Amino acid sequence: MVHTKVPPGTAEHGTGSEAGGRSGRPRAPMGRRGRITAPSGPGRMAALLVSPTLLVLSIVVLYPTIMALRESLYGPKGLDPATGFIRTTEPFVGLRNYADILGAAGDRFWNAFWNTTFFTVVTVGLETLIGVAMALIMHKAFRGRALVRAGILIPWAVPTAISGLLWRWIFNSNGVANAIIGHQILWTTEGFHAKVAVIIAEVWKTAPFIGLLVLAGLQVIPKEVYEAARIDGAGPLGQFWHITLPLVKPALLVAVLFRCLDALRMFDLPYILVGAQKTSVETLSMLAQNEASNVRFGPAAAYAVILFLYVFLIALGFVRLLGADVVGDRAARAASRSGRRRRATAMRVTEVPA
Amino acid sequence: MKTRTTRAVQCSATLLAAGLLLTACGSSDGSGSGEQAGSTSFKGRGPITYAAGKDSSGVVQKVIDRWNQLHPNEKVTFVQLPTDADSQRQQMIQNAETKSDAYTLLSLDVVWTSEFAAHQWIDRLPADQFPLQKMLKPVVETAKYRGGLYAAPASSDGGMLYYRSDLLKKAGIAEPPATWSQMKADCAKVKKLPEGQGMSCYAGQFQKYEGLTVNFSEAVNSAGGVVTDANGKADVDTPAAKQGLDFLAGSFKDGTIPKEAITYQEEDGRQAFQAGKLVFLRNWPYMYSLAEKSKVAGKFAVAPLPGLNGPGSSSLGGHNLALSSFAKNKATALDFMKFFTNEDSAGTFLKDASLAPPYANLYDDKSLDQQYPYLPVLKQSILHAVPRPRVVQYGDVTSAVQQEAYAALSGSKDSAQALKDLQKALQNSTAQ
Repeated sequence: MVHTKVPPGTAEHGTGSEAGGRSGRPRAPMGRRGRITAPSGPGRMAALLVSPTLLVLSIVVLYPTIMALRESLYGPKGLDPATGFIRTTEPFVGLRNYADILGAAGDRFWNAFWNTTFFTVVTVGLETLIGVAMALIMHKAFRGRALVRAGILIPWAVPTAISGLLWRWIFNSNGVANAIIGHQILWTTEGFHAKVAVIIAEVWKTAPFIGLLVLAGLQVIPKEVYEAARIDGAGPLGQFWHITLPLVKPALLVAVLFRCLDALRMFDLPYILVGAQKTSVETLSMLAQNEASNVRFGPAAAYAVILFLYVFLIALGFVRLLGADVVGDRAARAASRSGRRRRATAMRVTEVPA
Repeated sequence: MKTRTTRAVQCSATLLAAGLLLTACGSSDGSGSGEQAGSTSFKGRGPITYAAGKDSSGVVQKVIDRWNQLHPNEKVTFVQLPTDADSQRQQMIQNAETKSDAYTLLSLDVVWTSEFAAHQWIDRLPADQFPLQKMLKPVVETAKYRGGLYAAPASSDGGMLYYRSDLLKKAGIAEPPATWSQMKADCAKVKKLPEGQGMSCYAGQFQKYEGLTVNFSEAVNSAGGVVTDANGKADVDTPAAKQGLDFLAGSFKDGTIPKEAITYQEEDGRQAFQAGKLVFLRNWPYMYSLAEKSKVAGKFAVAPLPGLNGPGSSSLGGHNLALSSFAKNKATALDFMKFFTNEDSAGTFLKDASLAPPYANLYDDKSLDQQYPYLPVLKQSILHAVPRPRVVQYGDVTSAVQQEAYAALSGSKDSAQALKDLQKALQNSTAQ
């Protein structure tokens, strides 16, 4: 520690200084001093190794995001009444697109905002319940289990656009849904029933996704824990509440988070199943698409940015409040808790050469 | 501390990735697409492409093959776009925004002409090089923007009234109805027949989509009103327009139009008509050959659309051929346009794919009339047709029309208020 004021080239005497001086950089320090500066070595290496990923991310993620932000500050190209042609440049309008969205088009925006939120809360809630139930069924060992698993997963494999068409057929005025309930509901007209139609189709399609992730979580719970619980006299409900649920929580939270992000940008299902510009089911993505399809990229970008911020905040809230573990280091930590000692030694072993 | 930062970085990267999907669609560079206006020199010969929606009949390739045989050095490639009209438009706009020369010729829906012309995505064409005087006038009008020709009419389409000729005859009605009130009276007679029990009177396309704009415009035009006037200015808050909208809204109320028709697109209406649920149906000519193969074969016929005080007027459908401003080999393109839209090709399209031709005399061809008995009616329909609003911001106009017409038809707004709101919305979107 006391040596730190001395210039690096001269800090250590002997062979080290010469080599260090020639390369113009201090050699990897050794001994006591090495303990302190060591992180910079592997750190630099890590940065080097991560940099291609970061580069790719900044090209495919950061750049489009910034471009969208920039675009959202430009208005649509106007029509020149003299020539009858659209002007060639987009005027810079500052934050007017945002002001318009919240002001002039406010009713439509807030309606879409609440629709989006409503769909997200209801569909993700239902999907979680049904998905967990599916996972519990898929997890049980019984004859034909593979078949049930495959069967449950089929809706997830169907592309959303196709399932939208499928359900539009079911919800047709003369469709299966009306035949079953024996009463004609015009599902694709404005009204609460249109929301119900979208929710049913969405839950049908994506509950298996949650089921799948929860199933993966269930499979890592050791059997011994259940045996111990049974010996202690815990019933099936107690086992589920005190063992299954807490142990599957990390997987479940990630699944719910992903579903939330997905549901917030819901577009194709309401668009295809019920139709464009139906107030009852219009979501934020549909507003952005509507603007973009009318060649007004500025306002479209503004909608997209608002939705992006909304999604971002929700995701951040998830990570902060519920401790959803997106990246996976918590899971590793939790898993290592049982065999902490062994893992710890292993880590020390791997750390030493570095 | 270090793991925390890394984690934060990783976290935000993940979240950012999620956000990318949202923002990617919004990004585009702000640079304009302005180049030359007006005078275009059609230079360059060589291979070109023709971009149009999927062609299930195969006739497009057949006509292109004929051209390719004659012009081995100026081959045309058919680029098939999706069936859905909105996706076609989107791809064509993308092509134009990136100034790509991938599409030379574009098959434009008639309502897109103004938008594409105003953005200078397509070139103005020399009108004297196309036989426009031999074509039906309303069809030619759809290819024009501010008096200039921007596309060559390739095919047309008009609405017709399909009716159950067997039932009308049984009820003692000799002629198909020419007015709405006649139609309602005829319905009442048919419903008294034992076969007419449980049937509904009339339907069209009333789902909230482009079809609703068509049906609304037809009702307004058939009552003597307009949606937009000759200069593209909104003029829909008029007594005539109200009578048109009242016909539709009132018919929904009194059951002339079945309630479920608010969900009808073309195919739903066709199914209902073929299942014997409807006496009258407004639909396009494509339905004729399909209905001939159904339960109602031989029991139906077509007539021009009825109106308020006499025959009504249809909206115009169809496609025009336009030349992309960013294309190469424009001399070849112009020649191919003339070839593709000439009378010969139009005849082939009619025979093979029952596409309504823009040429007047093809409708009077006796041999074709035998194959397509509806041709004389279709000619009347197209001759009296009124194009849908020809405005640059067509997307906004059709949205506004759908919004207000749907509200009036579903009874959530009275027709006077709907038209008032529509007038305001149209003024806003055509003001730019």
